[in-house]
Amino acid sequence: MSEDAIKAEGLTKVFNGSLVAVDHIDFSVKHGEIFGFLGPNGAGKTTTINMLITVLKPTEGKASILDYDLAKQNNEVRYSIGVVPQEYTADEDLTGCENILLCADLYGIPRKTSTKRATELLELVELTAFKDKKVQTYSGGMRRRLELACGLINRPKVLFLDEPTLGLDVQTRAATWNYIKMLKKEFGMTLFMTTHYLEEADALCDRIAIIDHGKIIVVGTPTELKDSLGGDIITVAIKKDVDITGLVEKIEHVKEVKKENGSYMIKSENGEVTAPLIIEALRKEGHVVTRLSLTKPTLNEVYLQYTGRSMRDAEESNNSIHAKRMMMARRRH
Amino acid sequence: MSEINNVSKSKLHGLWALTNRELKKWYKAPTVFILTLIQPIIWLGLLGNALNIGSLFSTSSIQFPPEIAAQFTPTQLGALNQFFSGLQDQIMGSTFGTTSYISFMAVGMIAFTALFTTMFSGMSVVWDRRLGFLNKALSTPVSRAAIILSKVLSATLRSMFQASIILIIAYPLGFQFGDAFTPINILGVFAFLFLICLGLSSMFIAINIRSTRIETPMAVMNLLNLPLTFASSAFFPIDRMPDWLQAVASVNPLSYTMNGMRQLLINPTIDYSALAFQYAYVGIFAAVLTTIGIVLSWRFLNK
Repeated sequence: MSEDAIKAEGLTKVFNGSLVAVDHIDFSVKHGEIFGFLGPNGAGKTTTINMLITVLKPTEGKASILDYDLAKQNNEVRYSIGVVPQEYTADEDLTGCENILLCADLYGIPRKTSTKRATELLELVELTAFKDKKVQTYSGGMRRRLELACGLINRPKVLFLDEPTLGLDVQTRAATWNYIKMLKKEFGMTLFMTTHYLEEADALCDRIAIIDHGKIIVVGTPTELKDSLGGDIITVAIKKDVDITGLVEKIEHVKEVKKENGSYMIKSENGEVTAPLIIEALRKEGHVVTRLSLTKPTLNEVYLQYTGRSMRDAEESNNSIHAKRMMMARRRH
Repeated sequence: MSEINNVSKSKLHGLWALTNRELKKWYKAPTVFILTLIQPIIWLGLLGNALNIGSLFSTSSIQFPPEIAAQFTPTQLGALNQFFSGLQDQIMGSTFGTTSYISFMAVGMIAFTALFTTMFSGMSVVWDRRLGFLNKALSTPVSRAAIILSKVLSATLRSMFQASIILIIAYPLGFQFGDAFTPINILGVFAFLFLICLGLSSMFIAINIRSTRIETPMAVMNLLNLPLTFASSAFFPIDRMPDWLQAVASVNPLSYTMNGMRQLLINPTIDYSALAFQYAYVGIFAAVLTTIGIVLSWRFLNK
């Protein structure tokens, strides 16, 4: 078995002959890793997932999951993956338990095994007390957990999560994050998730691919991506109006010093270590430090750096593209 | 961890689970269940029982004027009276194949219900797409054929059940079985229903599977529903229709279904060669539409 759980080469999806949703993307996901696709709405995240879970056929390129070729061994792929879709797909008229058993039937799991697993999974997602209630009585968080349980019924080795916390409140989101972390820790599962929440990608993912306009712009661990910006920013102010640029530049780890509005912006790779060194060096020269702050770069800055736009702007422009597409599609009919 | 060897490898596993999912939505929701039965009852009550066409041919109020009666001997007059009072039944019999109009119409309603149920069941595929269930099912090893067939099968089973209820309701309203009826004919009726529902639901699913909005199938249904019903022998026999309507009605598979079921249920005699032709016609309709429907849906799902 190769070391990659998921491998995609030149994966492309073109809709209606002209609409390029996913444009020749290459990436690989290691076993036991949480890999995140980060990008604004309409960037091609869900289309990529739909290709990987065998719902859509790629227009070009190939991909394999657990060494099963997506095009030739799609049934083997289907048996070994689990999917937690963006939407609430559970049937509202059925109970939570009936929904899980229905999913089990779709995998052809014998009833004896599936009843046992359903009980375990309901316990895992803390829905045992509600298992015989119709899903229409469930809250958003409960439905999300039920989707998670359904996605785990075939004991998948690779789990796909499409926007797992879309539309959830803060507490429910935090709880969902805990479930996702637990899946990786307890079961050593490989997780592929999409999100357009920067803090979610930061909190959960081992590695992130930033995707925009159907193309992968950069791949790396959250730390790597943030470090690629040039490190942390330390802002220092001193009592006397003396230029300390030359002094600070000599300190270890410091990469760049800029004077701005009477304080100094210092870029450093390792802010926590550098900050005390700066204070010490300044004191030795008799300067009094009046203010010091340390800012860690966030994925927002990373996103800005690589796409040239903030997440919000990107969403707006993609939304307008989407609206145009809809109008075109309507005219055609 | 993944126990691939421990699962059923049958091509159609999950077919019954998916079918049962559709059926559960229906039989576990008593309100919907009852509401779907009300419409045919209204039709039967209003058109079959209240506005009874048969009463138009009633001769009981017709009396011979005295000057005409004077020309006949009492024996002749008796015979004439007898002839006229039997005229209603004769007209009804030659027009509708039965003396009771509600029986004629009830059979029409059975086919009508089949049409409606398959239309509505076909719409559920739009919801499955919109709510993401279809994509979810497509990501599992369940075969694409099982996804489509479960829709067809559940629509068929529902229609067959509802049709039986119509028959049961029509009985206290005055439904009369024909002289040629034997309980075994009920099986023949089910065979007709099975074939027509199979064809219709495959057709509606193929139409609906491409649509992401519920409005499209609604519009299609509204467009098809009246012409399909009235250009058939549901309320009126085809041979009494104007030529242009006859042309449409005589190719409408619903007419063949109704006429076939009428032979089995209410007609005084059964014309077996006509019955065989009716079975063949509906059977071919079902085979062709099911094939087209499944092939089209299959191609769409494999995009």
